[in-house]
Amino acid sequence: MTEQKHYINAETTVKSWLLTVDHKRIAILYLLSVVGFFILGGTAAILFRLDLMTPQGDLLAHETYNKMFTMHGVMMVFFFLVPVVPAVLGNFLVPIMIGARDVAFPRLNLASWYIFITGGLFALAALVLGGVDTGWTFYTPYSSTYANSNVILTGLGVFVAGFASILTGVNFIVTIHKMRAPGMTWFRLPLFIWAQYATSIIMVLGTPVIAITLLLLVLERAFHIGIFDPALGGDPVLFQHLFWFYSHPAVYIMILPGFGIISELIACFSRKNVFGYSFVAFSSLAIAIIGFFVWGHHMFITSQSIYAGLIFSILSFIIAVPTAVKIFNWTATLYKGSVEFRTPMIYALGFIGLFLVGGLTGLFLSSMGLDVHLHDTYFVVAHFHYVMVGGMVMAFLGGLHFWWPKMFGRTYNQGCAVFTAIVIFIGFNLTFFPQFIVGYLGMPRRYHVYPEEFQIFHILSTGGASVLGFGYLLMFCYLPYSLIKGKKATANPWPATGLEWEQTTSPPPTLNFIHDPVVTEEAYAYAKKNEEFYRQAIPAESKDV
Amino acid sequence: MSNSHSPHLHHHFHSLEQQRQASSLGMWVFIAQEIMFFGGLFCGYVVYRNMYPEAFAVASHQLSIGWGGFNTVVLIFSSLTVALAVRSAQLGKKNQIIGWLVATILLGVIFLGVKCIEYSAKWEHHLVPGIHFNYEPHYTDDALHESTGSEHGTDHHPAPAVYPGHVQIFFAFYFAMTGMHALHMIIGIGLMIWIIWLATKDRFAPEYYAPVELFGLYWHFVDVIWIFLFPLLYLIGRHVT
Ligand SMILES: [Cu+2]
Repeated sequence: MTEQKHYINAETTVKSWLLTVDHKRIAILYLLSVVGFFILGGTAAILFRLDLMTPQGDLLAHETYNKMFTMHGVMMVFFFLVPVVPAVLGNFLVPIMIGARDVAFPRLNLASWYIFITGGLFALAALVLGGVDTGWTFYTPYSSTYANSNVILTGLGVFVAGFASILTGVNFIVTIHKMRAPGMTWFRLPLFIWAQYATSIIMVLGTPVIAITLLLLVLERAFHIGIFDPALGGDPVLFQHLFWFYSHPAVYIMILPGFGIISELIACFSRKNVFGYSFVAFSSLAIAIIGFFVWGHHMFITSQSIYAGLIFSILSFIIAVPTAVKIFNWTATLYKGSVEFRTPMIYALGFIGLFLVGGLTGLFLSSMGLDVHLHDTYFVVAHFHYVMVGGMVMAFLGGLHFWWPKMFGRTYNQGCAVFTAIVIFIGFNLTFFPQFIVGYLGMPRRYHVYPEEFQIFHILSTGGASVLGFGYLLMFCYLPYSLIKGKKATANPWPATGLEWEQTTSPPPTLNFIHDPVVTEEAYAYAKKNEEFYRQAIPAESKDV
Repeated sequence: MSNSHSPHLHHHFHSLEQQRQASSLGMWVFIAQEIMFFGGLFCGYVVYRNMYPEAFAVASHQLSIGWGGFNTVVLIFSSLTVALAVRSAQLGKKNQIIGWLVATILLGVIFLGVKCIEYSAKWEHHLVPGIHFNYEPHYTDDALHESTGSEHGTDHHPAPAVYPGHVQIFFAFYFAMTGMHALHMIIGIGLMIWIIWLATKDRFAPEYYAPVELFGLYWHFVDVIWIFLFPLLYLIGRHVT
């Protein structure tokens, strides 16, 4: 095969990357940026985890400790988890999966990346100027009256970055509605697309609310106008309402796209159609919609009325139903499938286990009585890390390993990758499982100094974090290495169904397809194609994929 | 497709119809986003108005209903001129597009000018939230005593005190909401200048005028926001005078 033109080598100047309107290149720009933010947030985590090894916190000063966990939260939530799947894998895959040449608004797509970077620079500037210590939630009146004024910069940073995700959301909704290839009906869409669509709805309807909330916070902080200051008649709990009205749905921005990835992986490596396709598809929409009505479960122990609390509690239980539908349907897909333990599948199976723990402990926390005891403890920390890291990060890594050959046209070392996946799984559990116990025993989150009887749990947790960090480091070695020395990937190495695999090259050309595709069949037609796939794949098969 | 090689067709669309539908849907989704954005402010306004109805009534008396009403008329007229610009675009009349857009810009500038007059009056009366803020409770206290008395028909409980801090919250929302609205108008004026420039370059034709049409949607949306802001901020306390 001679060197063909594809989106990476179509043009090679730096300018051609910085001014590109190609969704695939923008995805790569986003990938590099979010990895940068992940490294920053991860470094902060390593520092305060080391510090927590001793009950007195010998490594960091109290203020530095507070700034570290705030930086960890802000970077990981707003600059890593929110954009990571939509803006990277979503950007790359949504147009290809539906058979379009690009997203509906390519220039807005590029603008979104610049907006995101601008927001990130604001947040970084706040860091350089001395850091923020409010925690990622910016609760008033702490953030408005007491903390230092770097809150303004950080708030503006998150405000600005929000518009990047709004633009991504608008782009995806329109792209999915209007750009589908002939024959690509709604119920032939890959489930990844349904998940991106549901996520986009939340991005478009939720993000503006956090934007205006942070703007009010900035005004309050800068001019003391009294909106959130009880001394002037304001209500600090209103901030929490507005904040969580976005930030709970944002939890689903941070997990729904992961669900989409898992559906693809489970289908491919069980070699089966996803069980109950339409249930899985609609459960994404159900989660997106119900997700807007559960925010009060973060405020069970505020002045919120007990009846409001009851309703928020019930709704939080209800949202577990569509989530459970997904888990059951994935399990049913595995049943009698010919399961292959390739790297992406190991992440997918890890996801199911870890997310299950995260999801079920969410039910503990949405029970009002239990929440009084568990609120603001390490139990909560462990719960949302099981969802966000055990869920979303595992799903992202699974997806990254799955589509890596498509994105870069190279294959990575399968042995290294499997080993790394297992290291990450073990490290993750070792880090966060002890936190359930220590939280249940009463260790509050965000405390720098703690009683000595909790030390053993913190030592376990720090040990786990080191294993986890080692796992990520390994990945930073073998994935870049594959770009230089990896074998060239075929168009459909796994092999999998879907336009991105069956209708275009690895990596795809600039306009995605050489001939615009026409769709004639349902998604995940593995039953029909397995035999043919094997006939093509086996001679070329090597252990390097 | 006969129009598949139209110069107006972007490379990633298959037909002008697809392109038109996509841009129109995009604008509507963007407007949904805008509604949520202003929705946060409206929500905050409603919460505090319920907490401090008297302070909000007193504070709204500080606004000039004359200027507010005048601006409402100006904006409604600008909706008309922008609609006429869209119609001219449909008919392919370039000079008329430019003419109606210039008229819209003028109306927009008049609106913003009036807003400047109102803002500076608030500054002079020390009604801008922040350290400069200094509301004198007796300023309209008489009116309040009278009104609450006559409305309830009894005088046996004294009118609730109006705290300057609560009045300040009203003005915080006044400035945040009208300021955000004015910012949208400034952006709109910038967009109109861009569209006029496109029109002078002959970029529009009866089969392609999406920027004009979508801008029309945006401008109408900005008007509608004002239609809600005007009664909420200027009128809603008036019945107690
Ligand atoms: Cu929540």
